[in-house]
Amino acid sequence: MKIRNREEAVKAQLSMTSMIDIVFLLLVFFVMTFKIVELEGDFSVRMPLAGSESVTMDPTDLPLVLRLQADSQGKLTSMSLNEKFLGTDFDQLRANVVSLIGSSTPIEGDDGPEIEIDTDYNLRYEYVIRSITAVSGYKDGNEVVKLIEKIKFAKPRR
Amino acid sequence: MRVKAKKVDLAEGDLTPMIDMTFQLIAFFMVLINFAQTESNDRVKLPSSQLVKPPEAPLEFPIILHVAQDGEIILGGDSYTPETLRVGLRREIAVITAEDKSVEDANVVIRAHKDTAAGDVQEVIRVCQEQKLENFALRVKEDRT
Repeated sequence: MKIRNREEAVKAQLSMTSMIDIVFLLLVFFVMTFKIVELEGDFSVRMPLAGSESVTMDPTDLPLVLRLQADSQGKLTSMSLNEKFLGTDFDQLRANVVSLIGSSTPIEGDDGPEIEIDTDYNLRYEYVIRSITAVSGYKDGNEVVKLIEKIKFAKPRR
Repeated sequence: MRVKAKKVDLAEGDLTPMIDMTFQLIAFFMVLINFAQTESNDRVKLPSSQLVKPPEAPLEFPIILHVAQDGEIILGGDSYTPETLRVGLRREIAVITAEDKSVEDANVVIRAHKDTAAGDVQEVIRVCQEQKLENFALRVKEDRT
């Protein structure tokens, strides 16, 4: 039997508009809040208040003293390690530290060598970090060779 | 003459590839988004060093001190000077001691601007030392060059 007037099949179709609206809103939100995070790390320094340590210090175990001098603009003008003038070259500072403590056997923990940083008040902090980087180690390929881990600051110079 | 009405087809593009891409973009940004931005401060540009690595485990009981270029200290959103910092530190220490921990367990994270005077950072350390804090972490940016 032939059927006439057959109804046209209705296409089932979802309305995409609201979904796309929400999806774009989400996208805009994430794009706006996106921020590339810079990787950060720490130089860990243990500095108890001077004089609070009960152990008497061995006079032969005096820390190395790094003196940093600045001009009125806060720029580094000279460095000296144990009174030895080093100019402003951080590589020379590192080489001197290596020659003073020896690079073959880095001693970890509390028994390692210690350095005291005595800086002019107005020296830019960036130079202090660069000097800490120079004395605390160097990169050998991907490996970090440690030198001095115990760092302390002298009293601030006004 | 009789004109037959023609059915007009809705012109409709294929939305599937666009939605695919949009979902991929959303997934990308969702994975990379970092809400933990509370540690950073817009007024502080950290110095960089090649030797530091991002810590594998977060520090215990961190007290984060931002030191801006002009020497202003920011702790928990409040501004301090070296003279008034003691008050803010005592508040932080009270929280730590309330958790049955000693002051020595706290880690002071110093995020100082690279052009700030080194003496200002030393003053911050001195005030912290007076409050019996002794573990310091000088925060720097990792330099990968």
